[in-house]
Amino acid sequence: MTKEERLKKRHKAEKRFRFYGVVSILVALLFVLILVQNIFSKGSSAFKKTVINVEIFFDQELLEIKNGASENEIIEADFYDVAIESLIKAYPTKNLKEENQLLKLFSGDAEFEIKQAFLDNNNLIGKKINLNITASDDIDQLHKGNYPRDLPEDRRRISDFQLVIYDFLVENDKIGKNFNNYFFKNGDSRDPELAGIGGALVGSFYSILICLLLAFPVAVLASIYLEEFAPKNKITDFIEININNLAAVPSIVYGLLALQILLATIQLPRSTPLVAGITLALMTLPRIIIPCRASLKAVPPSIREGALAVGASKFQSVFHHVVPLALPGTLSGTIIGLAQALGETAPLILIGMVAFVVDIPSSPVDPSSSLPVQVYLWSESAERGFVEKTSATIMMLLSFLIVMNFLAVYLRQKFEKRWN
Amino acid sequence: MNRLFKTLLGFLLVITFTTTSYSRDQIKIVGSSTVYPYATVVAEKFGKSGKFKTPVIESTGTGGGMKLFCAGVGANHPDITNASRAIKSKEKALCEKNGVSEIIEIVVGNDGISFAHSVNAPDADFTKEQLWRALAAKVDIDGKLVENPYKKWSDIDSSLPSKKIEILIAPPTSGTRDAWNSLVMGKGCTSTAKSIYEADGKKAKKECAKMREDGYAVEAGENDTLIVQKLASNPDAFGFFGYSYLVANKDKIKASSVNGVQPSLEGIQDYSYPIARPLFFYVKKAHIGVIPGIEEYLKEFTSKKSMGMRGYLAEIGLVPLASDKYKVTRTAALDLNIIKLN
Repeated sequence: MTKEERLKKRHKAEKRFRFYGVVSILVALLFVLILVQNIFSKGSSAFKKTVINVEIFFDQELLEIKNGASENEIIEADFYDVAIESLIKAYPTKNLKEENQLLKLFSGDAEFEIKQAFLDNNNLIGKKINLNITASDDIDQLHKGNYPRDLPEDRRRISDFQLVIYDFLVENDKIGKNFNNYFFKNGDSRDPELAGIGGALVGSFYSILICLLLAFPVAVLASIYLEEFAPKNKITDFIEININNLAAVPSIVYGLLALQILLATIQLPRSTPLVAGITLALMTLPRIIIPCRASLKAVPPSIREGALAVGASKFQSVFHHVVPLALPGTLSGTIIGLAQALGETAPLILIGMVAFVVDIPSSPVDPSSSLPVQVYLWSESAERGFVEKTSATIMMLLSFLIVMNFLAVYLRQKFEKRWN
Repeated sequence: MNRLFKTLLGFLLVITFTTTSYSRDQIKIVGSSTVYPYATVVAEKFGKSGKFKTPVIESTGTGGGMKLFCAGVGANHPDITNASRAIKSKEKALCEKNGVSEIIEIVVGNDGISFAHSVNAPDADFTKEQLWRALAAKVDIDGKLVENPYKKWSDIDSSLPSKKIEILIAPPTSGTRDAWNSLVMGKGCTSTAKSIYEADGKKAKKECAKMREDGYAVEAGENDTLIVQKLASNPDAFGFFGYSYLVANKDKIKASSVNGVQPSLEGIQDYSYPIARPLFFYVKKAHIGVIPGIEEYLKEFTSKKSMGMRGYLAEIGLVPLASDKYKVTRTAALDLNIIKLN
């Protein structure tokens, strides 16, 4: 082979390598695109809910309260009759069976929505107002175009008569889409139109807060001690190896540990953000210690020596000079560790977070679910409406993760000093 | 730094304080994933209507639920466990050992396991023996046990379609699989195979339920919705799951007949549909009066409004009890009748 041929061959090899690189990046991007497109196309409709505009008549005869009733009286009062009598007027029906089918177009919470309207204005007795009542899950899915209507009737959940009403409502412009406040406000529910991530958001917030409060100080102190003060000997080497190993332990193992120690031995309450937070803190500790030590290591020795030279003690040199300089890296490491903890499901399954929780937790010792767990739970539900809810929850989770990661990058770039 | 230590210390104090003063005012329920959809609906209605908090329900599978339920008495142990089969004698012994000596058994209703496939596939009808032959690890041919040789349905019986056998099965931890094992694998197992197993000194029931692992039966996970999706996209595949999933997904999947019977409300109720089973939940009597709302929850669950023929549970696929059985259950719930543990 001549010199030229060899040179050509080497150039070709380089070109090939570059080509492979571009291809693999494109493939990766394509997958991300497909994933995001899939989630968004399924999930974006969950942020809207279908409502049906109905005229509500607050008939004195059907209500046991009067105009100007106090809040407590209204809450105690039963609005069931008012709801039923008004809703069945939405379409002319002939018999009880048709009435029942008509009522099924509305959410089970219609009664409470009417009560809420009265709470907002307690002078409505004897008056008629138009209200947007949340539609049932089936109508919601039909209106969003997620449910096929060209199937034979016995294979549909919506009857022919209900379709007739639906078309009537569409023609008369009585049906529309509103912002789905329930999705953010409510806890879990078995009715997809009422189910929300409110409880899961609060649960995730408490878990991550506890995780941060426990893991951050311990991790920072541990890394400062190991990096700056600890003597380099076999014991510290051994500890270092173990920290690196712990960071690679599968998260489910921490779940098992929590099950044995926190739940069985210490008897902390099951399914609570408290236990979740402690478990996630254990899992996150080594994952924070490693970047913390790296950022401490990155501070050049001249800083320490300079401080010592002007008479600072070791403690002063570390806490007045080294730690502040290492802080941006420490913080971004912590945020990335927390972002991982936020998306974690496996250990939470073992400590009982995979549960149906309707009430929104008011403290870290109330039972609760969390965002990734909510995704898991809804993906298992039979009802059609949960498909979009699942994707929408994933969207929320992803956006939190993206925000946290951006924050980490921002902190590092904004405050980090470069030494060169 | 001092402040950091103080906050940390304060935080740990808060944790110890909240946990030592921890007492529960919310019912805790664990157990079967088959009963889960029904129990959650009752719990939600119960929470909305009354002065009690909504019960928290964890779906742990029947076996896992029993283990937690029988672990002891006290606020840290669940009050109720859902089950897609009756409590086993082993589990009763465990309960007894841990001081859970008084248990109330409530029969919720019936569930039919449907053997279903895509609506685009032609209708099908199987006998239990055919289903067993399609799924079992070993089958008898000419009086001898051999590794399951069937690749197509028509290999089992020439009247069946000449299509590859492809069945999505539930994992061993699920109650659906338990019920399938006893109702289909146990009953469909031929007497020849049973006698061979017994002659070898093995338990026929256990051996008959062993499923093939050569790729024709695919384990599909606890997620029944996922199974439905897979069936919808592949007209050749079959799967089995609770009746409620069939009702909720009528547009995508249909049931095949078993012994010539289609799953239906009436058929499951009187067990003329051959793969039907009762569903249960068990209540710890010691917790009644300690954890608020258990009695009221029992009343709500066993009321006609929920469990009855026109109840809201029937709407989502639970098959109500026949009226004589309903009376027994309702009495057990109102009088808090306990079952014998040994």
